[in-house]
Amino acid sequence: MTEQQRNLADVIAIDRSARRRCAQPLPSGGTCRNWAGPSGLCQIHDDGTDPPPADEAAGSGDAGALEEFVANLLAFLRRRVTGDYDIDVYGFDRDLTENIILPLARPLYRSYFRVRATGLDNVPSTGGALLVANHAGALPLDAIMTKVALLDEHPAHRNLRELAGDLALRLPGIGALARKTGNTLAHDDDAVRLLADGELVGVWPEGYKGIGKPYSERYKLARFGRGGFVRVALQARRPIIPVAIIGSEETYPIVGNVSWLARLLNLPYFPVTWQFPWLGPLGLLPLPSRWLIEFGTPIDVSEYPPDAVDDPMLVLELSDRVRDTVQQMLYRNLMGRRSVFF
Amino acid sequence: MPDGWRVLVTGISGVLAARLARSLSEHDGVDEVIGVDARLPVHDLGRTRIVRSELTSPVIPEVLDRERIDTLVHLAINSARDDTGPQGRARIRELNVIGSMQLLAAAQRSPHLRTVILKSTTAVYGSEPGNRALFSEEVTTTESKAGYAKDMIEVEGYARAFSRRREGVVLTVLRFANLLGSGIDSAFARYLALPVIPTVLGYDPRIQFCHTDDAVEVLRQACLDTRPGIYNVAGPGVLYLSQVARIAGRPTAPVPLPLVEGLAGVFRRVRHMDVQADQLQYLSYGRVADITRLRERFGYEPRYTTRETLRAFLDEQGIRPLVGESSWLRLEERARELTRRIAAGDDR
Repeated sequence: MTEQQRNLADVIAIDRSARRRCAQPLPSGGTCRNWAGPSGLCQIHDDGTDPPPADEAAGSGDAGALEEFVANLLAFLRRRVTGDYDIDVYGFDRDLTENIILPLARPLYRSYFRVRATGLDNVPSTGGALLVANHAGALPLDAIMTKVALLDEHPAHRNLRELAGDLALRLPGIGALARKTGNTLAHDDDAVRLLADGELVGVWPEGYKGIGKPYSERYKLARFGRGGFVRVALQARRPIIPVAIIGSEETYPIVGNVSWLARLLNLPYFPVTWQFPWLGPLGLLPLPSRWLIEFGTPIDVSEYPPDAVDDPMLVLELSDRVRDTVQQMLYRNLMGRRSVFF
Repeated sequence: MPDGWRVLVTGISGVLAARLARSLSEHDGVDEVIGVDARLPVHDLGRTRIVRSELTSPVIPEVLDRERIDTLVHLAINSARDDTGPQGRARIRELNVIGSMQLLAAAQRSPHLRTVILKSTTAVYGSEPGNRALFSEEVTTTESKAGYAKDMIEVEGYARAFSRRREGVVLTVLRFANLLGSGIDSAFARYLALPVIPTVLGYDPRIQFCHTDDAVEVLRQACLDTRPGIYNVAGPGVLYLSQVARIAGRPTAPVPLPLVEGLAGVFRRVRHMDVQADQLQYLSYGRVADITRLRERFGYEPRYTTRETLRAFLDEQGIRPLVGESSWLRLEERARELTRRIAAGDDR
């Protein structure tokens, strides 16, 4: 019997129920699909060295990945069904956010809006910081995209706790989901406590004015309220990080507002966009603009004394400073932008 | 030799008061424990003497004076009674509010009194959708329109007025989260015992529990030490109502918002469960109280978390889940085995 015939005999003799494929990487880029011998490698790749350790839990290659995915999914479902997950006092359900919501939002982030996040090293890996961003686009998609950016692309995979308006948390279904993904109502005390506990807190001070602004005023920041976010940062003594979000204005370009209908439905605005309500339910689809989220240099407020919180001049001055910084970041990025959708 | 404590506990027919009374009567430094209630207690009370009386009766100030009571623990506060309907609600209000008012009026004229402890509830913070996530004790309470929360806001008001007039008396107000434990008969405990738990569709409130062991211990320490002020008392940790139902292994029946009032009416008639507007609000938005002051100023660390409290309550009540955790684990194992075999079979 030649060398080759003997090897072939070896291969045929092994138990069929434990059949495995060789799975060595090929120069062409795939994996070897030959039957593996007792060493775990096929006769081509087996150069007589020690066999790889037998892996009981996972099979090789694709089969292993599938098994792992199914195992994780089953464990997740079991945790869900028996209530075996923890939530924090604000209602943040980390298990749900990282295992269900994030994978659902990721295609929107990667493929639809093709978000590019820059300046992530300005966001600390630990400790609290207040992220202040511009708000636009009728629906708070910018809040979701910022959350995904920090969870997916930041090296520390940080969860962003967002301060939402009354309306978002009051709605059935959406309200509960917003709370479970880490958002809470914009109360000063809660925000200060979150920052002191070392959480990243995201705030959109333009509020409904920003998100409901018409397309003609795109990227022109509305007034930043009364500067409440500055008081929060001063009280918690945590840095303010200005964030500029490009692309959100073009998702639902607002050309009009039906104010009587908004009043009737108790909404802050009832927008008329390029898509809505003309295309009916299809009008709820955002336009696929290309997004850019830039995290700017942190503004340190720890140098101010504790009673600075009560100084309205300082609060307004800092608020204007942050607003100007975000506006400059927006203009700079807009100038560098070649196309809205591509 | 200084006199020992002479304690009067109201609401002695309830399990919390009974356990407190027994625990105090076994303490060496306590000379006398007297329990007051309109109904006769059924629990073991140790050396406690019982006075059967309504709080509105003139017997109360007489007892306070004659027995030289120096510590008054007002636990005759309840969120639920057996009788329901508009008469039932009025009766609960009468017992809670009028009873407290009369008791505090009697206490005001009692010269021997040194400490007053009031059982209150975190329900005073309300469950508005615009509420903050975490309530600490300085937050002024809500302007609740009806129900148990409104009663307790009034009672706390009377207690504060009492404290202003009798400045030498230490007032301790303990705001308890939902109490759960053996023998506790509260609105929420009855709700959890239902075979199918009705919820409001689209809403998932945050729930907090307080174990009766912790409650009794806090009350005991408030009696025996000086602890002026208001304290939130609850177990650490928070659960969603959906989680509570899943841990209990009970199915939920989400009811759309427009139908909630109607269903509450049905419950009132059929199941004799009085569901008030503030309780429905609680089942939509929930509320969480901060226990930092309990930990740091009162100096008490709860022994049971919210989850452990629920677990203990379920075990005690014998509420078994429809499908046990071991069954889920076995199902998971079988499914994993199946995928393993399918994956290996793919290679064939």
